[in-house]
Amino acid sequence: MTEPVDVLIVGAGASGAAVAWSLAETRMRIVCLEQGDWMNPAEYPSSGRDWESRAFSDMSISPNRRKRETDYPVNDANSPISVANFNAVGGSTILYAGHFPRFHPSDFRVKSLDGVADDWPIDYDMLEPFYAENDRMMGVSGLGGDPAYPPKQAILPPLPLGKSGATIARGFNKMGWHWWPSDTAIATAEYDGRDRCINLGACSSGCAQGAKASTDITYWPHAVRAGVEVRTRCRVREITVNADGMASGVVYYDRDGVEQFQAAQVVIVACNGVGTPRLLLNSQSGAFPNGLANSSGLVGKNLMFHPYASIQGIFDEPLDGYRGPGVCIWSQEFYETDQDRGFVRGYTYEINRGRGPVATAATGMFSGRIPWGAGHHERYRELFNRIAGMVGICEDLPEEHNTVTLDPELTDGHGIPAPKIDYTLSENSRRMLDHAVARATEVLEAAGAVDVITEAPIGVGGWHLMGTARMGTDPERSVVNEWGRAHDVKNLFIVDGSIFVTSAGVNPTRTIQALALYVADSMKRRLANLFD
Amino acid sequence: MTTIASDNPFSAAEQHTLTAFAGAVIPASAEYGVPGADDAQIVADILATARPHYEAVRPGLGFQDTVAAAAYGVPFAELSEADRADFVERSNTEGGFDHIEWEFDPGAIAGQRTLISIILQCYYRDDRVMQSLEMEPRPPFPQGFEVEQGDWSLLEPVKQRGKIYRPA
Repeated sequence: MTEPVDVLIVGAGASGAAVAWSLAETRMRIVCLEQGDWMNPAEYPSSGRDWESRAFSDMSISPNRRKRETDYPVNDANSPISVANFNAVGGSTILYAGHFPRFHPSDFRVKSLDGVADDWPIDYDMLEPFYAENDRMMGVSGLGGDPAYPPKQAILPPLPLGKSGATIARGFNKMGWHWWPSDTAIATAEYDGRDRCINLGACSSGCAQGAKASTDITYWPHAVRAGVEVRTRCRVREITVNADGMASGVVYYDRDGVEQFQAAQVVIVACNGVGTPRLLLNSQSGAFPNGLANSSGLVGKNLMFHPYASIQGIFDEPLDGYRGPGVCIWSQEFYETDQDRGFVRGYTYEINRGRGPVATAATGMFSGRIPWGAGHHERYRELFNRIAGMVGICEDLPEEHNTVTLDPELTDGHGIPAPKIDYTLSENSRRMLDHAVARATEVLEAAGAVDVITEAPIGVGGWHLMGTARMGTDPERSVVNEWGRAHDVKNLFIVDGSIFVTSAGVNPTRTIQALALYVADSMKRRLANLFD
Repeated sequence: MTTIASDNPFSAAEQHTLTAFAGAVIPASAEYGVPGADDAQIVADILATARPHYEAVRPGLGFQDTVAAAAYGVPFAELSEADRADFVERSNTEGGFDHIEWEFDPGAIAGQRTLISIILQCYYRDDRVMQSLEMEPRPPFPQGFEVEQGDWSLLEPVKQRGKIYRPA
């Protein structure tokens, strides 16, 4: 048994880093257990000639394909969307694209405004100071004045439009639709020890330049300097409880595979919308036979992905291709509810700049546009550097039948039961995807596309994992309260995407981190009576 | 990116089929000054890259032989030039092999897809191929690339339209 600590954080990703940094100023003894490693940016794929290949192997977004020792398997056979994640200090921010939108004010009031799902117990105004603080820590690039949002300040200038962004922007202008330079977690100038983006084009397999704001190079250096200890290659099996029903610590396997117990006064779970319910469900005891903090029965339920539609245009003129971050502009023309569209809620278009030579070939061949044989080369060159388009990120509403449970057979390398996903695409999502494909096709054609390639939903697109330990004021309808504390266990907190009540139609990381800072702030304000 | 023979799980026959298949999918082109995917250097890269995926790729290789045997009476690697051209043409045509009987095997189809993916990964990182595409044969880091700023005046009509978010 190791020496007890004040605060134990499980998971060193987007939210674990933020909450650790924020709590560090309390001078409490804080330890973070992370099942992955510190990453070495010099080893990221963009440093090698095989940079596109590694997205299919050791730097794949799929843990089932990647199969690193630090990964755990996920049984997602019963889901049209498979789980994407990464396990390391920095978590999935190592591989995310850095597309960094905030929620809208309306996203917190879904029930009141649209009569579906539930309202959040907090609102945009409460979260705004924490969005701003997180923007400073992550170094957000963008352009102020976006008419789709309340005023917010950009920290760094926006990424260049490039040929691709400008071409598609012209399409949006022809349609009279909204677009704006994306807020991104990519530094466009030197910032807080990070170098500026040099357009490597491989953001989604790790940024060798260090321009992309993965938390191993943003929050963690500050948190570690402030005294937080990060223990890597430590996989937590379960959270233990004492006779009073309070969390007493965790059992974990260290880097040598040796079982350890770490006692703690407070446990904070930051393992994402799949890893967190998995851990809670694996933490069964006499007091909590159905898993920890699960008196509501909602741990693992209401799993939300964002169903993604991919709509890519083929143009006659060369565009940015493999150069530059994938992200450049967004459109929120269809974000807010309009019942005439046949669905509630909405989606964001995230415009993609282009793709590399291998991805171009794969896109062309697997969609039947590039033939085998002698015609291959001519047709390939008609697509190379000429593909650009967008994805539609659709809001996924919570449904209790979409679940994370424990697989009865599948385990990780330490024998810990693996998560099993059961997920069905809703009719509302299906209609939203269809709408996203149809409208994007129009805008791409208006921009000059001569052909359009679509896929909806993107089968490998389970990047965003939310809702499986939802926040709320009613202990019968939620797992944590309005400031992230488990209703059932007063020294257990959750800070990742699993506490989302709804998913909005945007990438969640900026909101996950703002929530983590908000929860940390709530804890600091209540230190004297945190467990009351 | 060379393979070590003793580490190579592919039999000689499988390597033969793989080489023939890679060349059928991407043949050399004098017009574009590029080798085919059956070029020895590229095949060595394919074999090395495919090694960890051998179990997935193997049914894909077998699939070529199954179809070739049913349609032409010989394994894929032994097809005549004319039959190989016909095979490619039929592969590019939906229902091109409807005239023969072969058992649908999802593992074989997936294996073929994995094999093609690996062929593409190795072919499009070859120096000669990259140069023919006017790419510098180098990794993205550390030099990076230039991206033009683009025309920011395109934002004017968006600004003029005003606020579109919904108050809550």
